[in-house]
Amino acid sequence: MLKGKKVFILGERDGVPAPAIAECVNAAGGDVIYKDTSCFV
Amino acid sequence: MITPVVKGASSVIAHTPGLVRHGSKPTRETAKNDHLLDEILANLRNYEEAVAYPPNQVFIGNMRPDDLNEYARPWTNVKLTDAERFGPSGEIVPEDEFYGWLKIADEFQLVYLEKTFLLELKEKLTNHPIIQPEDFERLGEGKDIEVIEKALAQGKAEPLHVNGNKLVGYVQTGHDEDPFLTAEIILENLCNKASGIIAMRHVLYSFDVTAEDVDYVFGCDEEAVGDRYQRGGGNIAKSIAEHAACVNATGSDIKAFCCAPAHSVNIAAGLIQAGIYEEIVIIGGGSLAKLGMKFAGNLKHDMPIVEDQMGAIAMIIGKDDGKSPVIRTDSIGKHDISAGSSAQAIYKSLIIKPLERFGRGILDIDKYAVELHNPDVTEPNGNGNVPRTNYRTIAAMAVLRGEMEKAEMNHFENKHGMAGFSPTQGHIASAIPFLGHAREMIMNGDINNAMFVGKGSLFLGKMTNLSDGMSFLIEKNEGVNEP
Repeated sequence: MLKGKKVFILGERDGVPAPAIAECVNAAGGDVIYKDTSCFV
Repeated sequence: MITPVVKGASSVIAHTPGLVRHGSKPTRETAKNDHLLDEILANLRNYEEAVAYPPNQVFIGNMRPDDLNEYARPWTNVKLTDAERFGPSGEIVPEDEFYGWLKIADEFQLVYLEKTFLLELKEKLTNHPIIQPEDFERLGEGKDIEVIEKALAQGKAEPLHVNGNKLVGYVQTGHDEDPFLTAEIILENLCNKASGIIAMRHVLYSFDVTAEDVDYVFGCDEEAVGDRYQRGGGNIAKSIAEHAACVNATGSDIKAFCCAPAHSVNIAAGLIQAGIYEEIVIIGGGSLAKLGMKFAGNLKHDMPIVEDQMGAIAMIIGKDDGKSPVIRTDSIGKHDISAGSSAQAIYKSLIIKPLERFGRGILDIDKYAVELHNPDVTEPNGNGNVPRTNYRTIAAMAVLRGEMEKAEMNHFENKHGMAGFSPTQGHIASAIPFLGHAREMIMNGDINNAMFVGKGSLFLGKMTNLSDGMSFLIEKNEGVNEP
């Protein structure tokens, strides 16, 4: 589903942080063009 | 080997609705919208409402966190009739008195209060249990309102208001050219220092360790004290300890975003166990910047602005007294650089690994203290219930490890966790507000142990993508090492 797609990642510290999402996206063949983690507290 | 114990913990709230306008978010938003300040001022709580707010009574120790389960959310609708200003080792400080503490904390004549206001303030503070005679000298005589207005008109000062919009003083810049000693930053740092002084005096007033006994002090705050050549140079710890008569102590600050308190406890425990120091105090003062951080969520849901208050904490970690709960230095959890950033990886580092070291499982811990942010602040803003998210992740790991059935997950929070009750003040909310409760509950025999799990968002400083975490476990003192 993500193979060859450019992916923009917004993660959350107490949910799923951006680096963890990026690992999944990379494993699925996606191209991470931006990643950032927010902290809502 | 010396066993480190938790000899005391105090929690203080400075209810400062007049300072909400100085929070980072309100400052930025009111600059864009001329009507917003009036809307904010119209939705601030008065002092009686802040005292009667159930999470605040939990924070200062008059109620247990589990007592909150008796009240429907939002808790802003609940007005406790038997609420009290003082707790067993802390208090809810009204804003006028807090301005007095700002002045007491001011070593460089940067805080000025109006004459009449100051006279009334001195009268109010006369019988305060932790006020000292020299504090009244530091409060000085005050200035005429015309002088205050003139100073503010010159543009290098920040106003101090009470009761919404009544001007009663100002904080002036610390340097004409230094961007890190502006009036805004001086006010921010003095708020941290003043609230830290109150918490530190309370902890030394309430427990068996005297100010003279203290060897070392750690600051675990999120402020950055310094000037243009050393922004964040720090040692707010020593600045605070000076005002708490800790004449035999020096100190330093531990910087690790929100999980600095957990780092500090572990480092302090190590120093006690090594015999280097006998009594250490850890202080965390409040954060001005975070006042009103999520005000928009409260306004959107017709709630009062709950982030109208700063939290402050102080803890005494010392050598074994044969009764205070023991810090298990063989159970320290740390989030290593190589651990990974998923929630599973973080909790494996902070909870599973330390427990496995001595053959325990997740359910062997009676209470977990996690990020204890008050959901009355986060949920209206769309940020979820932070402690609940944390507890569901820990419960899910217990299920994956075969320690409990999936059907029991929803009960994990009630049984092994608690509702969030802390002001959303970063380091203040990070597990540590439960320490005073846990100490009492363990000493009363209500629980046997508690684990504290703190996390920090290092990535916010744009130096790394990593987050951080530290944990520690305290348990009943069996009294085998009585002094």
